[in-house]
Amino acid sequence: MRLKIRHRTRYVFDHPVSYGLQQIRKTPKSTHQQVVYDWTTRVAGGRKELSFEDHHNNIVELLSFERDATELVVTSAGEVELSNTNGVVGRHIGPAPLWLYRQVSARTRPGPAVRALTRAAEGPSDIERLHALMKLVSGAVAYEVGTSHSDWGAEEALTQARGVCQDHAHVFIACAREMGFPSRYVSGYLMLDDRVEQDAMHAWAEAHVDGLGWIGFDPSNGISPDERYVRVATGLDYADAAPVIGMRVGGTGEALDVEIEVAQQ
Amino acid sequence: MLGKTANGLFWMYRYLERAENTARLIETGQRIALTRLHDSDAEWRSILQSAAVCEGYDAVHDSVTKEAAIDWMLRSRDNPSSVMSSVAAARQNARVVRTALTHEVWEAMNGTYMRVKDRLARKVSERDLPSALGAIRQRTAFVRGATHGTMLRNDIFNFSRIGTFLERADNTARILDVKYYVLLPSVMAVGSAVDNVQWETILRSVSARGGFRMEYGSSIDPRDIARFLILDKRMPRSLAFGVAAIRKNLNHLVADYGSRPPSFGMADHIERSYLSYDIDAIFDYGLHEFIQKVLSLVEELGRQIEIDYRFYE
Amino acid sequence: MEHEGIFDEMWGRDGVLREPYARFNAWFEGEDPKRLRAKQREAEELFRLTGITFNVYGRAEAEERLIPFDIIPRIISAQEWQKLSRGIDQRVRAINAFLHDIYHRQEIIKAGRIPERLISGNEAFLPQMIGVSPPGGVYTHIVGIDLVRTGPEEFLVLEDNARTPSGVSYMLENRETMLQMFPELFSHNHVQPVQNYPRDLLRSLMACAPQTASGKPTVAVLTPGIYNSAYFEHAFLADQMGVELVEGTDLRVVDGRVAMRTTRGYKPIDVLYRRVDDDFLDPLNFNPDSRLGVPGIMDVYRAGGITIANAPGTGIADDKAIYSYMPDIVEFYTGEPPILKNVPTWRCSEPEALAYVLDHLDELVVKEVHGSGGYGMLIGPTATKRDLAAFRKKLKARPGNYIAQPTLSLSTVPIFSRTGLAPRHVDLRPFVLVSPDGISTTPGGLTRVALKKGSLVVNSSQGGGTKDTWVLEE
Repeated sequence: MRLKIRHRTRYVFDHPVSYGLQQIRKTPKSTHQQVVYDWTTRVAGGRKELSFEDHHNNIVELLSFERDATELVVTSAGEVELSNTNGVVGRHIGPAPLWLYRQVSARTRPGPAVRALTRAAEGPSDIERLHALMKLVSGAVAYEVGTSHSDWGAEEALTQARGVCQDHAHVFIACAREMGFPSRYVSGYLMLDDRVEQDAMHAWAEAHVDGLGWIGFDPSNGISPDERYVRVATGLDYADAAPVIGMRVGGTGEALDVEIEVAQQ
Repeated sequence: MLGKTANGLFWMYRYLERAENTARLIETGQRIALTRLHDSDAEWRSILQSAAVCEGYDAVHDSVTKEAAIDWMLRSRDNPSSVMSSVAAARQNARVVRTALTHEVWEAMNGTYMRVKDRLARKVSERDLPSALGAIRQRTAFVRGATHGTMLRNDIFNFSRIGTFLERADNTARILDVKYYVLLPSVMAVGSAVDNVQWETILRSVSARGGFRMEYGSSIDPRDIARFLILDKRMPRSLAFGVAAIRKNLNHLVADYGSRPPSFGMADHIERSYLSYDIDAIFDYGLHEFIQKVLSLVEELGRQIEIDYRFYE
Repeated sequence: MEHEGIFDEMWGRDGVLREPYARFNAWFEGEDPKRLRAKQREAEELFRLTGITFNVYGRAEAEERLIPFDIIPRIISAQEWQKLSRGIDQRVRAINAFLHDIYHRQEIIKAGRIPERLISGNEAFLPQMIGVSPPGGVYTHIVGIDLVRTGPEEFLVLEDNARTPSGVSYMLENRETMLQMFPELFSHNHVQPVQNYPRDLLRSLMACAPQTASGKPTVAVLTPGIYNSAYFEHAFLADQMGVELVEGTDLRVVDGRVAMRTTRGYKPIDVLYRRVDDDFLDPLNFNPDSRLGVPGIMDVYRAGGITIANAPGTGIADDKAIYSYMPDIVEFYTGEPPILKNVPTWRCSEPEALAYVLDHLDELVVKEVHGSGGYGMLIGPTATKRDLAAFRKKLKARPGNYIAQPTLSLSTVPIFSRTGLAPRHVDLRPFVLVSPDGISTTPGGLTRVALKKGSLVVNSSQGGGTKDTWVLEE
């Protein structure tokens, strides 16, 4: 399946930004289940300072605001050819050692709720236990847009019993790590069958199983990613894989407008 | 050079100059008080005004007394322009720009701070005041001497000088601003005893009694005082001298950096349009209005220099 | 002069003058103590005027204190130094190899020479450094190795300082002061010079410039500012190298580089000798509340646009938990037995060690794994019963947080006290420069001396002083 993706983020400020930076992770990489064609990032109201690959092997670009900008528009676009691997991403490449993905991170810190859910995840094999966990997560955290906070961790989402894909991923990761599996957060695009326009990027999780390597789990949809899923960035949790991390001086009164189109070619 | 360094040099020398000027104003006030020809408390108020520290003083004092005024100007840590605060601020800036200073200048500055802090640790009695003030002037002169004797004549020196002369021009203009009325033409051909004291005060507060006498003899004509303090280019504390010095230093920067930013034009404009005429033209313009105009132009010039040379972001 | 069982570097254990001090002693005996006392005061005045002070944390912001300077030099013979510097060279080579390995393939863990949890559970490990190969392959451009001596031949490493070792300005100013006050001493004694350090430092930093640097690399020193305890040293080094002393507010990312705001506009920096801790270095990537750092500098670093000296994440090599593995680390990477020994160390994270430490608390020195500056440590033999009990609790609560070492009988060197020469305990921090061209240790270093009789604490923050350190020519 070949997808055409266009992601445009527009910031408008009441007061000009005298100085600011944005670190963006919006560029997918070619892997054995996806091939990326003609991916571009265009910036208006700012400029691309540099790009590099981070310790999770993500492509990162650093943007700066133009002096006294009142508007910044970042448009990423390109096409991705996908194949279905039933969620199998493959062996660990690095550069980070596998043990790093066993580490507890700020948003995946386990508490009683995470531990309880972990205990409930049973199955005869690693894969089956993880699938059981995925089902438990979707059952425990109701998908409700706009009710969770972006700084919630796994434990909060579980206690509040609601959230979005980000929260599902965090809960899954926290539990999988409790179970002893290296696990990571994935941010990316998901083609929806019924529409082209989308409100936000998608997020899911991956766990590492000896012998199989990394395997994807999308608790929000209860499946392992197929050829509709485009992997963009990974990390220990949202903070590592977030599409945008920024700082700025000035630029109060921000209004944000996001347009995402994911269409099958 | 870092913009921050230019800023630090500028303020180090401004504060050093301020410390010296404030010490001189205190000396002048003390001197007038001794003549007892005048209402001494009112005189202290005008001294406070000349030092631009009156508002701060009034905020924590009910009335002006000699003792309180002296302490406020000399030692108070609550007064950011007191001699003590100024010397501390000069030294703090010197620490920031230490890599731009010669060893001699840094040690002179640090030694000045240590000595002044020592001398002003406790309230200074009337008896000790002259020697304390003398020591302060000596120490600041010491830093200036080290500056002249050891610093390269590069942009570091230019920013130091610009700070010095901006502060000095501001100080002289302020003294004139507070006392302009005693310099206005009067129907009396000869000044009263009170006028004589006032004129003396003005000359003293810019260390110009000797210089004035050298140029104009011992009879004092207020018009001559105004001319001397505003237009005389040989008088190192006159407005014309100060602005010319700023313009010259800016000119060095223009040549050094190969660009001519707005501040140079502004200094040039102040010099040509306000400080190149004769004193009659200034009295025609209105002495008070003139002083106020120059004060605001000099202030604006200072701000433009900060922008042109990226003192801050 | 001699102390029971304690090795004095001037008088040995038996009160017989040791060879390196022979000429010094001849001079000293001919001196009038009154004149020396006056010189001692003169030295202090000189330090105060020069502003060689350090700020004390937790006190009024402007409080600046002098580190007391003692005029009796600490003297090391050429042979002693040769062995020392070979040992230091070996250790620093191993530290750099270790850092490269830890941030890449982690062979040492795979080989089972150190446990994975030593790294994975360590806050000094900086994930953002994974996969980074710093320009010139150098992680620790400047290293300070803290040594103690317990006998004529026994030098032990007490601590490695691989982050931002400080104190080098005292090494230089102490020598400068001695040269000014006692020029005649230096014509009788042939002392190896230390004054080339700033020039060597600059050369070594320039040699590590990134490939993006064109022409002569631009170097700058990054300081947290005038309120930092080591501000004097930051200004001193920038001044001596003839480079800019910058603060975070002077810097920003411009055209993909880190650039400093000058009176003529932004100018890119190739090598930043930073004296700001990792956590505060980049508010975009690390502590977002930091006002001391440069947003985006890590991005520029990963993109190869700047050299940061020392590299971020080098703390993983000088952590006290790692310290106890240093002999293995040296052997693993150099294939040689370590020349310099460690002080025997009990890792309280290991149950057997913990049991031993709890049983012998009154004989041991217990340190926090992540602590420095002598804070948060227990010196068993001088501790009160209450101190011991309190520490015992802390130890049991978080054993992994502590290591313990025997109280060593540290060597002494005389100080010039009111009553003449008096022995006091010392340590030594030599400074090591690393560049692609090699490793060099300045002959000498910073000798810290405990001024209180019998005290083992030499830290300046706790009342220690310093001495000039002489390494004699052969």
